[in-house]
Parts: sequence; C-alpha cells; structure tokens
Amino acid sequence: MFRPMRERAASATLAFSFDGQPLTGRAGDTVAAALLANGIVACRETPVSGSPRAPYCLMGVCFECLVVIDGVGNRQGCLVPLAEGMRIETQHGRRQFGEDAA
Amino acid sequence: MVVIGGGVVGGAIALGLARSGASVAILDEGDDAFRASRGNFALVWVQSKGFGMPEYAIWSRRSADDWNGLAGILKAESGIDVAHSQPGGFMLCLSDDELQTRVDGMRRLHNQETMTNFTYEVLDHAETKRRLPAIGKDVVGALYSPHDGHVNSLKLFRALREACVRRGVAYRPNSAVETIEPREGGFSIRGAWGEIRTGRVVLCAGLGNARLAPMVGLDAPVKPSKGQVIVTEKTEPFLHNPMVTVRQTDEGGVMIGDSQEDRGFDTIVRQPILSVMAERAVRMFPRLAGLNVVRTWSALRVMSPDGFPIYDQSLSHPGAFVVTCHSGVTLAANHVLTLAPAILAGTLPDAVASFSARRFHVPAHA
Repeated sequence: MFRPMRERAASATLAFSFDGQPLTGRAGDTVAAALLANGIVACRETPVSGSPRAPYCLMGVCFECLVVIDGVGNRQGCLVPLAEGMRIETQHGRRQFGEDAA
Repeated sequence: MVVIGGGVVGGAIALGLARSGASVAILDEGDDAFRASRGNFALVWVQSKGFGMPEYAIWSRRSADDWNGLAGILKAESGIDVAHSQPGGFMLCLSDDELQTRVDGMRRLHNQETMTNFTYEVLDHAETKRRLPAIGKDVVGALYSPHDGHVNSLKLFRALREACVRRGVAYRPNSAVETIEPREGGFSIRGAWGEIRTGRVVLCAGLGNARLAPMVGLDAPVKPSKGQVIVTEKTEPFLHNPMVTVRQTDEGGVMIGDSQEDRGFDTIVRQPILSVMAERAVRMFPRLAGLNVVRTWSALRVMSPDGFPIYDQSLSHPGAFVVTCHSGVTLAANHVLTLAPAILAGTLPDAVASFSARRFHVPAHA
C-alpha cells in the first residue's frame, strides 16, 4: 500500500519484529513508517470501541499509531525512530497501569 | 425565535424552546470562535458554589438534581449517552491550612439563610483513603458532597446539537452577528451572511454577549477567565468520583484542570501553570505519574463581575433575553427544562430574579 517516494542510497537496513514476526526497515524511518512500509496497517485496537486503527497523521497529533515498543505501552510510533532489534507489538486497548510505569 | 450562540448554553436554550413548541434558529460562529463548550472540565458541581448569593447554590442544586432527567431526554432525543453520573464529588486538600480554608468557606456558605438540605462532609485522611483508595499520603483530608457529578461534555455538546436538529431547529454556522436592531416590535439581526427578522431573540453568545446585550437594552459585562486543562492517555478505571481538579472520563482519560487566570483573550497553553496542576494532581493520585499526557489546552470561562449567571429580559425591548454563565454544563438541566420554557412564555421565573444584571447597578453604600 505504501512505498518510499525515493530510495535512500546509503540508508542501512534494520531488523525488528512486530508481534513476533521478523521484519526489516530503513534507518531514519519512524516506527509508524516502517510498519506501513511493511504493509501493516492495524497497529492498535482502541480502548473505547476495540476497533482496529492505523497510523494516520504521522506528526504526533492524532495518537492513532500507538504501539508497544520493547515492553513500553502507548508509544507514538510516528515519533520514535526505528532502531535495530526493536520489539514492536500491537497496543491492545489501554495501557495497563504498573506494567511499565515510568 | 432566534438564539444567538450555539455552544452548550445556546444549545440547551434552543432545545428547551423547541421542546416547548417554538420554531427556533441558532445563529452560531464558526470553528474560530472562543468556545468554552469545547474546553470545559465537564463537572456538574454544587459544593462551594453560592457564597454571597445563596440563590445560586439553590439554582445549581436544582440543576444537579434535574440532570438525570436531562440525560434521559438527551438519550431519547439524540441517541447519545452523555455519560452523566452523580456519585458525589471531593475537594482534596494537600495541607492543613488548605483544608481549614475550605472548611471555613463551607461554614460561611452554609451559614447563609435558605441554605438548608445541602449535605457535605469533612473527611480526614483515613476516611478519604477509605472512600478513594488511590489517594496519596499528601492528602490531609477532603470535603465531600453527594450532590456533585460529571458528564462527558463533548458528548453533551454533540447531543444538544443533534437533539436540536431532530426537533427541527435551524442551525446556522458561520453566522457571526454584527448588529441587532429593534424594529417594528421585533428585531433585525444582521451579519456578513445577511439578515434575519424575529419577534424574540435570546443572547447565548458567551463572551460575545458583552458586545451584543447593549444593542437591545440589556447588560452583560462578562469577561474571559482562562482555564487550562491536561488530559492523559486512557487508562483503566480507578476514579469513579469527580474531584474539583481531577476527574477520569467515561472513556478512561484523566483530566486535570481548574486553573483560573485573568489574561484577557489569551488562550495560549503555558508550562508554569500546567506544571503546578500536574504536580498537585500527582500528589493527590501518585499513579498519575506513570501516565502519558496526550493533550493540553485552554479555554475561556464566561465570567460576570460576581461570578454568578446573568438572566434578564430587556425592559426597553421586551422579547430580548440574555442567558450567560460560566457553568453551562452544571446548569444545562435548568436551561433546558426551566429557563427555556419560561422564556417562551415571556416571563423569567422568580427563581432567577436575583440573576438580573441590575444587581451590578446598585449604588455601593458606605
């Protein structure tokens, strides 16, 4: 559905996982962009209705791209740069209190 | 009839008028309006209100009591559940001085004649903890009133609009009013959008009432009072009751609010005030420290010189009314069920006689 508008010549390839599935992305992309580039559009289920949601505004405003990153819930995928070895998971509903309270 | 202003106050008056059989048009501004209805804290609040004017305490209490009925009406007429509940509200205090000041204030309030049947309790830390297990050690005590509640005010805003439309009210956005001219026993209302003629007009334009009221012989000297609000990510339900400064919404987000600043029409969100609000909220409920803040905003309360509502019919131009207050959510039930039918009948009820702006023109005596 999404593809890069132009290939970055020197960008490194990073390995990460989404819900346990091994994937690759480009260094310099955000988590949300890497998910979209891999064809993953449902990254969370809302706490209110449980319906699936995808990254939307990609600029930190809409909070549709929430995911669990390395065990920390409700992170905005569009504001976090992808890093080697990241463990990304679907955000199911609301973040649980205590599981990762910073 | 024409209602000027399409916020929670205008929507409530328009719905009440339409339910009583009136043919109603709402003239509203656009998305750039200062709109308290979009930014408020959504309390249906009674405790601590009415010092200096017990009629306001009684009026607020009456609306809180009628709110269950209003929620049912809104559900039936709009299909929207506005998530109203009245579990009782707390004012948490973080020092002995603060608690003593609050207790003294309540005593003065309740020493006023006619303030009977208003229940409240003063709680120490242990009793507050028993009722609200999530409080922190810094909470020295609380005031509690069973009359307080809250709603989802964005759903209220939408439900009023939807119910109005279903009742045949003509909602006209982007219709800022420039002039109201008394003409041939009625009123000619004009703006860049054109003209509308009406026999009766109700000013529900919030801060805009200050400019509009004198055009029809009314007075509404309201000024902005800035409030800033923080909302966190949605989290598991842990707080059923509203605090005056902290509440968890029906959808799980935690709102932190109730700052008050006199800064004119400035709606910029500023860190220093937000920091104090957040710090106090975390001392009240330590678990909030682990939550992400997803949004902050500010809005302008519509504040009269004494803080109480202004309800008037023009003496020089009967048929022109003004309805303005800073507690459009709390008073929504009164506005729909009591005030609007009285406006349609042509006479404001005795219960609101004290709220005439004529109170601002009594010469001060030594």
